[in-house]
Amino acid sequence: MSHHIIKADEIHFTYPDGFHALRGISFLITHGESVAIVGANGAGKSTLLLHLNGLLLPTQGGLRVGDYPVTKETAHHIKRSVGMVFQNPDDQLFMPTVYDDVAFGPLNLGFPPEEINGRVQQTLETVGAAHLVNRPTHRLSGGEKRRVAIATVLSMTPDILILDEPTSDLDPGARRRLIELLGTFHHTKIIATHDLDMVLDLCERTIIINEGSILADGRSAEILRDEALLKKSSLEKPLRLQGCPVCGKKKKTRR
Amino acid sequence: MDLLSYRQTPVHRFDPRAKLIATLIFLFCVVSFHKYQLSNLFPYFIFPVYLVSAGDIPAGYIMKKIIVVSPFALMVAVFNPIFDTAVVSHVGHLGVTGGWISFFSIMTRFALTVGTALALIACTGFYGICNALGRLGMPRVFVVQLLFLYRYLFVLVEEAARMLRARDLRSFENRGRGLRVYGPLMGTLLLRSIDRAQKIHRAMVCRGFDGTIRITGTHSFGMREYVFLALWTVMFICFRLWNVSVLAGDFFVRLFS
Ligand SMILES: Nc1ncnc2c1ncn2[C@@H]1O[C@H](COP(=O)(O)OP(=O)(O)OP(=O)(O)O)[C@@H](O)[C@H]1O
Ligand SMILES: [Mg+2]
Repeated sequence: MSHHIIKADEIHFTYPDGFHALRGISFLITHGESVAIVGANGAGKSTLLLHLNGLLLPTQGGLRVGDYPVTKETAHHIKRSVGMVFQNPDDQLFMPTVYDDVAFGPLNLGFPPEEINGRVQQTLETVGAAHLVNRPTHRLSGGEKRRVAIATVLSMTPDILILDEPTSDLDPGARRRLIELLGTFHHTKIIATHDLDMVLDLCERTIIINEGSILADGRSAEILRDEALLKKSSLEKPLRLQGCPVCGKKKKTRR
Repeated sequence: MDLLSYRQTPVHRFDPRAKLIATLIFLFCVVSFHKYQLSNLFPYFIFPVYLVSAGDIPAGYIMKKIIVVSPFALMVAVFNPIFDTAVVSHVGHLGVTGGWISFFSIMTRFALTVGTALALIACTGFYGICNALGRLGMPRVFVVQLLFLYRYLFVLVEEAARMLRARDLRSFENRGRGLRVYGPLMGTLLLRSIDRAQKIHRAMVCRGFDGTIRITGTHSFGMREYVFLALWTVMFICFRLWNVSVLAGDFFVRLFS
């Protein structure tokens, strides 16, 4: 399966209220790539991601996912191969219990009923939420909701995984586990985030979006070192690439 | 409410269709009584009481819900005693007017229907009921409508609770609590609910929702279901044809005299 590509060609998108959120975005993401989409608040990251599985259709320009151009007619094919985790887990969880929510996707995709149980258990274990299986979704903590939201998508075994700010709300341990989990996922990944340290861990490639257009697109290692570029889009160098504040001070006082 | 439907009791395990049909027959019988018939209604309490006790549902919870919605029924019933003052029977020296009888008849019927409907949801789950409606041949459009209505009702309530909490945290000494704030608040609530509803729909579509509700745990309409349905149907019809309270009263009177 070498056709899990995503190709955007001068996409424009205007919200119904007239807000011009995307202003000409083009890129090609090939199979197996792991791409970070970063940018300031309101830059248009979430809006762009909603296009990638056909939830929003570009007002201008074209988008292809895999073998299909994204249109109303092909949207259901695309949803099958593209798994999307929303920025707000409350938008993602809608069934009364965690079990039902994780089972919802597989049931709709027509997996055999006798497999559903095992699949739900297994995905919940991968995200470390197996103990939540019978809890009502609206009574979970923020981080627990996040894990379950990721499980609801993983249970459908998508070819392309799209995550909108997956590490916000997670405690450091859960964040580390999620990064490791995503590292084992060898399909195409697209992650919108402000967590640039995670980008260093997971994504070879970074796209910076600023006010609806692409400011930079290239290897993460290079882009994340370019302070002028980062500053322009309200970002900071990842902590790991900054000098150690403690040792730095010591040197100064000695001199 | 839906959480109650995840318990495992014999009532929960019945096929939702059997419970639904039994409830529909029940409702039909209860509603079809004449407005002066009060004593005929009492035997029907056995059905909700059965659902609640066999389904291990907290009765107080159902009661509370009935009381919350009872003002609507009161509004309908309250005018009967005022306008209908013809005396139809006597208890001791007191004349009982037709108005009061029909008032209590309406309230009893209200408690019966709402209580049973709630008990049914509690031991079947709303998704189960919708599923049953679909399998009984109700057009899919209506089933999905119903499902979304229910789902968005919660969205609306949650959203309202969140907004009220945010407002309370930022309003002091009764400033910011008046009616003037309520107007914009209601407007925002509506817009926010529509927005949330859209997002939820989006999430459902994203995971392959195509208008059919699929539920794990397959029920089948077996012997147990037929027996359940037949027993209750016969009972409801008997209650409808004969006034069992009066018969029982007569029986005891004869027994002791
Ligand atoms: N439903 C909507 N209607 C109109 N405008 C919208 C809507 N949703 C978002 N916008 C606008 O589109 C712009 C981009 O929003 P988007 O949610 O894509 O930002 P983002 O990059 O994901 O930001 P964040 O980092 O805060 O998540 C914002 O300026 C926002 O105000
Ligand atoms: Mg966003």
